[in-house]
Amino acid sequence: MNPKKISYIFKQAFKSMWRNRMMGIASIGSVTAVLIILGFVLIIVLNVNNMAMVAKETFDQIAVYIAEGVEEKQIEEMGNSFRQIDGVLGVAFQTKDYALESVKEDWGEDAILLQDLRNNPFPDTYIVQLSDVSKSDEVIAKLETFEGVDRVRYYQDAVNTLIKLSDFVKRFGAAIIIVLLLISVFIISNTIKITVLSRQREIELMQYIGATNGYVRGPFILEGVMLGLLGSVVAILLIMLGYNYSINYLAGRYVALISGMSGYLVGVEMVINDLIIIFMTIGIGIGILGSLVSLKKFLSI
Amino acid sequence: MIEFNNVTKIYKKTFTAVKDINLKIDNGEFIFIVGKSGAGKSTLIKLLLREISPSQGIITYNNQDINKIRKRSVAEYRRHIGFIFQDYRLLPKMTVYENIAFAMEMICCQAKNIRREVPLVLSMVGLSDKAKYYPDELSGGEQQRVAIARAIINKPETVIADEPTGNLDTETSKEIMKILSEVNRRGTTVIMATHDREIVNHFQRRVVELKNGIIIRDIKAGGYSDEPKED
Repeated sequence: MNPKKISYIFKQAFKSMWRNRMMGIASIGSVTAVLIILGFVLIIVLNVNNMAMVAKETFDQIAVYIAEGVEEKQIEEMGNSFRQIDGVLGVAFQTKDYALESVKEDWGEDAILLQDLRNNPFPDTYIVQLSDVSKSDEVIAKLETFEGVDRVRYYQDAVNTLIKLSDFVKRFGAAIIIVLLLISVFIISNTIKITVLSRQREIELMQYIGATNGYVRGPFILEGVMLGLLGSVVAILLIMLGYNYSINYLAGRYVALISGMSGYLVGVEMVINDLIIIFMTIGIGIGILGSLVSLKKFLSI
Repeated sequence: MIEFNNVTKIYKKTFTAVKDINLKIDNGEFIFIVGKSGAGKSTLIKLLLREISPSQGIITYNNQDINKIRKRSVAEYRRHIGFIFQDYRLLPKMTVYENIAFAMEMICCQAKNIRREVPLVLSMVGLSDKAKYYPDELSGGEQQRVAIARAIINKPETVIADEPTGNLDTETSKEIMKILSEVNRRGTTVIMATHDREIVNHFQRRVVELKNGIIIRDIKAGGYSDEPKED
């Protein structure tokens, strides 16, 4: 490509973008909308997956909550019995007082909220360490049969729920995104159509002269690319600001109540690079596709 | 050399625009394609430009079947042909000079070639002093001269003109014809579709006459058909 050709292509593309700026804004908006929704879905999936991963680290532990009012001696016996169960590596006891203290510690200044508690709401707890995660179901079944056991909590459930949730978000998101992608391609192809029609005489002439494809199609493809690219840049900025804001909001306001939540969330800086690449690729892709659809329809000579 | 062999074009399976066309045009010829509107002149030109494909038959250009040219190479094929429209088709936002330079730029010529060639062509069509004018500041005849300059700037082997004098008065038409003759004299094949009886009779060149899509006459040098009520 010679510089003259490149400058011609750029000049034409910018000119027609300016001439059809309202349609251009609509196109950019549609690309932005698609990408923001895509961003939402990606971020939710990423975070849910991350939560599942973090939860998995506590995979091999089962929390056994002891019912209120069980004698200390019985508790001790329970512990001994737990150790005998096949698949259990070890057992650790956590008193309700210890549980309260550790929560207070986690909450820091907000722990003041807990001072008015008349009763300690936390149960005494046995943490049962599994030697083999695959035996978790059997172990849980056995643990639940003990008298004095209030509830058995195992993170596998949480993990499974999270994985299901992320699957659902993925599928639902994919469906929406496909529909929106098609809409965007359609809107861009319409924008390009306007340009094609407004330059029809010139294009016809170019085709009679025997202009290379680059000259004929270049400006339109470039226009599509720019529209897609602008849409993706807007989407990236909005997602970055929005996500950052949400994380800070959650962390600043609810850090105590959902203690440890921040560890479950994926930071903006972790995703932004991938997001930029994905968004720009999709944005440009939509733009090119939109142009090609239009060109195929209207450049027939 | 251009050859039509038994070329038929049927539109939408029902309307036969041209039928069994056999036509051979040698390099350097000047040929009028005449006939009433609807006789098939435009179809013939579109076929030759490979804007449309024949329903039957073969069209060859320098022994190459033009309908076997790949789509992406059509642009290259068209560079052999300079095309002149009845309505000039100049780009209104470009000056005379730019309109002509545009045709060179489109097929990638170096700037210094453009600066050298455009003035030469402008002087050939007699518009050296109008280089900086815009099309709407020119008369119809002048606009058509610009269009001719644009058609020949890339030195095509063949020039096709579709009713180039259709919008012009007799005097101006003669000027246009003079230029086309000069183009032809320099070795370019000129194919001109027209229904301008006066011009055809005046120039006495090869005439191919179409009627209802069929060639009814092909004479080496002569005038329009003698049927007085043809028009």
